[in-house]
Amino acid sequence: MRKFVASDPDKCVGCSVCEYICAWEKEKAFNPLKSRIRTVRLGQIVNIALACRLCEDPPCVAACPVDALEQSEETGVIMVDEDKCTGCGWCIEACDYGAITLHPEKKVVIVCDLCDGDPKCVQWCPEEALDFITPDILAQKARLTAVKKLFRETAPV
Amino acid sequence: MFGYAGRILHVNLTTGKISTEPLKEDLAKNYIGGIGLGIRLLLDHSTPGVDPFSPDNPLILTAGPLGGTMAPTAGNGHAFVSKSPASLGVGESKSHGFFAADLKRAGYDAVIFKGKAEKPVYLWIDDDTVELLDAQHLWGKSPAETEDIIKEELGDYYIRVAAIGPAGERLMRLACILNDKTRAAGRTGLGAVMGSKNLKAIAVRGTRDIRVAKPDEFLEFVRELHEREKGPATRKYRTLGTPQNVLVHNALGALPTRNFTNATFEGAERVSGEYLNQRFVVKIIGCSSCAQRCEHIAVVPEGPYKGTTVRVEYETLWAFGPNCGVDRLDAVIKAIDICNYYGMDALGTGVVISFAMDCYEHGILTKEDTGGLELNFGNHEAMLELLRMIGERKGLGDILAEGSKRAAEKIGKGAEKYACHIKGVELTGYDLRSLKTAALGFAVSFRGADHNRHGAYSPDLSGKVDRFKADKSKGKVVKDIEDLYTIIDSLIVCKFSRGIYYEGFADLAKLYTLVTGIEMSAEDMRRAGERINNIARLFNVREGFSRKDDTLPYKIMHFPVPDEGVVSHGSYVSQKELDILLDGYYEVRGWTKEGIPTLEKLNELGLNDLAYIVKDKL
Repeated sequence: MRKFVASDPDKCVGCSVCEYICAWEKEKAFNPLKSRIRTVRLGQIVNIALACRLCEDPPCVAACPVDALEQSEETGVIMVDEDKCTGCGWCIEACDYGAITLHPEKKVVIVCDLCDGDPKCVQWCPEEALDFITPDILAQKARLTAVKKLFRETAPV
Repeated sequence: MFGYAGRILHVNLTTGKISTEPLKEDLAKNYIGGIGLGIRLLLDHSTPGVDPFSPDNPLILTAGPLGGTMAPTAGNGHAFVSKSPASLGVGESKSHGFFAADLKRAGYDAVIFKGKAEKPVYLWIDDDTVELLDAQHLWGKSPAETEDIIKEELGDYYIRVAAIGPAGERLMRLACILNDKTRAAGRTGLGAVMGSKNLKAIAVRGTRDIRVAKPDEFLEFVRELHEREKGPATRKYRTLGTPQNVLVHNALGALPTRNFTNATFEGAERVSGEYLNQRFVVKIIGCSSCAQRCEHIAVVPEGPYKGTTVRVEYETLWAFGPNCGVDRLDAVIKAIDICNYYGMDALGTGVVISFAMDCYEHGILTKEDTGGLELNFGNHEAMLELLRMIGERKGLGDILAEGSKRAAEKIGKGAEKYACHIKGVELTGYDLRSLKTAALGFAVSFRGADHNRHGAYSPDLSGKVDRFKADKSKGKVVKDIEDLYTIIDSLIVCKFSRGIYYEGFADLAKLYTLVTGIEMSAEDMRRAGERINNIARLFNVREGFSRKDDTLPYKIMHFPVPDEGVVSHGSYVSQKELDILLDGYYEVRGWTKEGIPTLEKLNELGLNDLAYIVKDKL
């Protein structure tokens, strides 16, 4: 099963270290606008970082009118052909998570490529809020958390 | 340039003219950035005796050389500097969050506002496109509302906004400037300077890269600093947060209570950091590029103030809690919320309220003066109502909005005795009567009463020095921390992370050089800190300050701690003790007995061009 970068909203503090290190890794730039992962803060309390979820049948690929996007069969990563991409933004609109953004200078889209299987954002996250994880393990974790909450006193931690 | 954006933005609000000038490298190196650069620009761009609310008084916004890089806590701070409407001396205040990183990415190290707009405006900085936009529809709104409306109308939710609230518009002398909803440049009333210019807000979007001189070594050091941030040096800030101080100060008989009447509070447990975290804190969030997270977001779970959500720190909690004799955290949280709404410094405004309560308890203010409020210590409902009156400038609130010094002069009848301020700036949550190193630090602080200019409470509370004894050696203790703290505020490193710079100036100099490429030794850095302290002093000297202004509030000097059985019982600071402390401090600073920097000192620090300020005073 494919692994992607997921953030735990209980742990994420919205510090954007992930954005900085991603932009450095990918672009050698200190500039969160060039990051493939972006943070969102709502009402101070809700904090989360979002990156590509590697959808099955990805709507971004389907939406691209110039066939600039392709999904890797092996890793699920969305690959962008920068020569073909016109920066039209159809894929950005198609993505439900805002995981695709426009590079502020090159005007082509950028998306998480999992750093060849070793995501730097996960390495650097100071709160250990980011996981490089498959959906089934994510579900396992959610179940454990839910059950721990239900049986707070007695469940083994 | 590396690190620095290399440009200063000039905004003339009277004429609408906007221009830029290059940042000179010697200015950058000598004054670093943040408050250092800001105070130097203030000296160069203001005339002696200028009224803080005059269009001629510049309001200066600065970032630091590390802003927008990954340097933990330093990547995200900005400072405002101006002549303070509270002290009439140097006004400066920092804030963190996300605002400064965008300002740097937009390409500016400093913004100098001069003049006064005819109608309310806000500044929109979009990289190189800078324009003044109409803000009449924002006038009267809170900083948070202003931020939301601006993001909506400019159509970008990642824009950063710093704004004043109604208090700044009404020239309240404790008005602050808030950014990112919960962060404030709180002290010395600079929100009122902004209001006097009809400048409601500054919105910024920066899209450019920040260039770092030695990026690989820099990142390696950042990684190391991240590890230090997760260690013991920052544990307090990451766990209970600064409200941990409540029980610590209480146990040491140093928790100012009921406007510096007592030094212990019987309700301390109920307003402790422990109780706050257990009952109210729902989330601890972080600023841009910081691996520490410290911002304790508290929500009132039930009762009349249910749902109120604010950031809580010790100082604001103390000001409305023990200092007003209030032992209800829900009311304290509501009070902070009201301050955030109006854009008032919650710390100083709490001390203004406690002053009014003290006056009421002593019959100096009556029910007639308060508009029917029973302003006894501990009456949290009256406290909240009076806060709103200050924000609205209604009734007694109109007088109190001038700060405790001016309010006391207006009220008369001996009210001055109960006004706890230094140079017109309200005291903070340390009982100086038994903290004599801190007392010196507060007395000489160039921005008026303040713990953050010197941190001299720390050696007192930790037992490193004898806190009850006033001797000349304390001068060096204060000077050394002051020089470090001005560097911290010029790089704009967050003080909560000061402990991670294990080697002090050496670590800070290393970080500076890796980012800017400008060679800087630990000694160069220390000297820059000393230089910045001296230019701040020079500004105050230019405005007529001298030894006579380095003093302590009446209560600290005349009301011994009355709490029986407490270690600080009977403590106070006599004039004789203060004189010993000041003599020791001026000596080690190389200043005259009157507290004036000498020509030799100016020469040593490369400040000969400012000799005109001291020439007639030596």
